[in-house]
Amino acid sequence: MKKIFNLLLLSFLFIVNISAYSNELPERPNPPKLVNDFSAILNSEDRNYLENKLRAYNDSTSTQIVVVITEDLLEYDKADYAYQIGEKWGVGQKGKDNGLIILIKPSGKQGERGVFIATGYGLESILTDAICKRIIEKEMIPEFKNGNIFGGIDKSTNIIIGLLSGSFTGEKYMKKEKGFSIFYLIPFVLLIFFAKFMSVRSSHLGNKGNLSFWTLLFLMSSMNNSSGSYRDFSSGRGGFGGGGSSGFGGFGGGGFGGGGAGGSW
Amino acid sequence: MKKNLILIGIIALLLISFLYVKSIYNNMVNYDESVSEKWSQVENVYQRRMDLIPNLVNTVKGYADFEKQTLTDVINARAKATSVNINPQNLDANSLQQFQAAQGGLTSALSKLMVVVERYPDLKANQNFLELQSQLEGTENRIAVERKKFNEVIKSYNTYIRSFPKNMFAVMFGFDKKAYFEAEQGAQKAPEVKF
Repeated sequence: MKKIFNLLLLSFLFIVNISAYSNELPERPNPPKLVNDFSAILNSEDRNYLENKLRAYNDSTSTQIVVVITEDLLEYDKADYAYQIGEKWGVGQKGKDNGLIILIKPSGKQGERGVFIATGYGLESILTDAICKRIIEKEMIPEFKNGNIFGGIDKSTNIIIGLLSGSFTGEKYMKKEKGFSIFYLIPFVLLIFFAKFMSVRSSHLGNKGNLSFWTLLFLMSSMNNSSGSYRDFSSGRGGFGGGGSSGFGGFGGGGFGGGGAGGSW
Repeated sequence: MKKNLILIGIIALLLISFLYVKSIYNNMVNYDESVSEKWSQVENVYQRRMDLIPNLVNTVKGYADFEKQTLTDVINARAKATSVNINPQNLDANSLQQFQAAQGGLTSALSKLMVVVERYPDLKANQNFLELQSQLEGTENRIAVERKKFNEVIKSYNTYIRSFPKNMFAVMFGFDKKAYFEAEQGAQKAPEVKF
């Protein structure tokens, strides 16, 4: 009896499976877009801002970061959905495989709302699974929990772009703890010390004005190198020039191999 | 005059059939190569999983009261999986099944481990472990993707060599049908853990 039941269950699962695969994933957007908000959750200003930012990044590096927001995963697992979209649309350049999909399912009960970052083959070495997981847990989910979908996407894409362009390393990012640590102050304290010391010396030497200019410059440049750098990066809306007018050339046929991570809230 | 025409006709016919067979043969070689290539990708991702295990075991072992049996199972399954190697030129159903059985054993040992871990809140909060867990999840995803891609290329290879009249040449040149990855047995079943 139990055997028969199991068999029935199995065949049922099989049927469900088949119907799942007959569900068609969304077609490649035409005209090509990087921000695909199928559930219309972003307002047009935010959407344009993200689109311009990602386009500008695509134009300068050919790396394609695609945001997909959908209510309906068509019974796919979110990881599977993200890879399949990536492969179907051909996100990233052929040969470089430098595409990235940020998939967000913004509604549903707790635990049903989910996000997945899928990395193309070419990005796996920089955006490792652990880093993707971290980005989701630290940058996206806290914002998403507050209902700020745009904020989560904005912050996470800033981090991703920063990592990919080498503004800071993955190791540095992984070490970074949430919130403010007193240790971040150490370089500044040292600097102030150093500046003081230099100004005292320079006043003896008599060319105070000149040197303090250089120390100021040094101070400013080393501020960028210090641990605050990725936060600086995420702070500016003005940093990305509007690439909106220049058309986006479309996807290049990159491949996805299952890298990335997911989370839910 | 007529003789010449026949001769030219025969030569043209030979030339055409030569070009035809040549293109078929080369296509088969191409398909065969892409199967080998995809197979090496499949092996890569499985290897990746096996490379993660020593690290995972060491991290988990630190928790003194952690079930030894679960860990030993994982280690044994890994050793077994490492011992099975397949030559991509010889991807028949039998050897692929062996490979799958060995890797499947490792899959279930690992998923059992992940269920047991749920009972160790300290371990679940361990940063190192969390990282390993996300890597392991990513690797399982990679395995799923590469298996699917492998099956796709096998499908086009098999379709090519088995459709008429190419199947005759396939037999002639020794291109055999290759095996698919089957869905893993018991993949739908959640691992059983006795508390």
